[in-house]
Amino acid sequence: MKEVQCQDITAAIKKMCMEAACQLPHDVFKAIKDKQLEEDGKLAKKTLQVIIDNASLASENQMPICQDTGMAFVYVTMGQEVHIQGGSLKEAIEEGVRQGYQEGYLRKSVVKDPLFNRVNTQDNTPAIIYYDIVPGDIFKIVLAPKGFGSENMSQIKMLKPSDGLQGVKDFVLKVVNDAGPNACPPMVIGVGIGGSFDKVTMLAKKAMIREIGSHHPNQQYAALEDELLEMINQTGIGPAGYGGKTTALSLNIETFPTHIAGMPVAVSICCHVARHKEVEL
Amino acid sequence: MIQLHTPLTVDKIKQLHAGDEVLLSGVIYTGRDAAHKRLVALLDENKPLPFDLKDQTIFYVGPTPSKPGKVFGSGGPTTSGRMDAYSPRLIPLGLRSMIGKGYRSDTVKQSIKENHGVYFGAIGGAGAMMNACIEECEIIAFEDLGPEAIRRLKVKDMPLVVVIDSDGQDLYEIGRKQYLNQK
Repeated sequence: MKEVQCQDITAAIKKMCMEAACQLPHDVFKAIKDKQLEEDGKLAKKTLQVIIDNASLASENQMPICQDTGMAFVYVTMGQEVHIQGGSLKEAIEEGVRQGYQEGYLRKSVVKDPLFNRVNTQDNTPAIIYYDIVPGDIFKIVLAPKGFGSENMSQIKMLKPSDGLQGVKDFVLKVVNDAGPNACPPMVIGVGIGGSFDKVTMLAKKAMIREIGSHHPNQQYAALEDELLEMINQTGIGPAGYGGKTTALSLNIETFPTHIAGMPVAVSICCHVARHKEVEL
Repeated sequence: MIQLHTPLTVDKIKQLHAGDEVLLSGVIYTGRDAAHKRLVALLDENKPLPFDLKDQTIFYVGPTPSKPGKVFGSGGPTTSGRMDAYSPRLIPLGLRSMIGKGYRSDTVKQSIKENHGVYFGAIGGAGAMMNACIEECEIIAFEDLGPEAIRRLKVKDMPLVVVIDSDGQDLYEIGRKQYLNQK
């Protein structure tokens, strides 16, 4: 039995919230720099340079890369031999978000009711938390603060099995075209295929957070990742939507078995400020 | 690169074309979803707005809190399409220019064209660099809205691109076509 202290969880979440807002993950930063070298349009190249300079400036000055410091998405992987000490796991996470957004001068972007009473909660809670219980004694937290400019452009579709590969390609391209400049391209894209209405959106998010340049273990899906990215980068949307080659930095796919009658597909769109951090306690 | 100073009168706007790069200086106002909703509610009640819209600019932004001793936080543009429901009420009253990112509706485009307005794009996600352009910042209305309160900003050389010009030309369409034609 391994024991994890609530106060350590709070401290880890706080630190990750503050760092994620100001420091672009290495894989994302590298992908933007690589794409900038390949871009040939004047405005497109310049736009990517501004995005690179902005990320460097944010890191040097400990200032948020983007003003939308997001809602805090927290993914907990917890071994069944782990025991949480000193309080509630959920409250420990919320407290970390509260402290991180307050002390990091991050924007509080959460309203307490979606429809009738859109009043800011003032501390960016609640976070959106998912728990995955696994064998062993691992305790891992992934934090992925996400802005809603791009979140609003994500979509799901319950495709029919007969829609096949072409149906998947058409839907992914439609989502990217609908998103266009709204999603702050170059985008980081996660595609979920399979599962169910709810499961497929989780798959898409998981794919979106997966490291840029990594591939699905199945070769057919790995090839589809490359093919879809190529297609997306031929749409001409370009950096900031001003026209150009670089519409997306990456596209990852995650899959899950599904029902004989279905083929759910979800496309999770993220902007170039694709923030994520992880810690093991 | 075109140097522009607010207030933006019609003669200045007419020289701008979709795709032009601009450095904007002078006084502008911030406003996004909740502030726009309140502005339109004031109009519905025939009450005065917190500032005169004539020849003014609204920057769609909700900045991060300023650190101690700093004028402003991080502040790039938010998605303009969410203001499409409100902008056609404000543009005919004199609102000359809007700064944001993302598609505008046909109704907004038409209103920009009819009223000689302009829609500027700022680079979404590049909030940290905007900080250097903000010289002064003061909340002038709806303080309870926090990041969504209306602020009066004094800006210097704010880098923008003309997305929709007063002829209704749209860089999001033109830029994409140009890229695809070159290939």
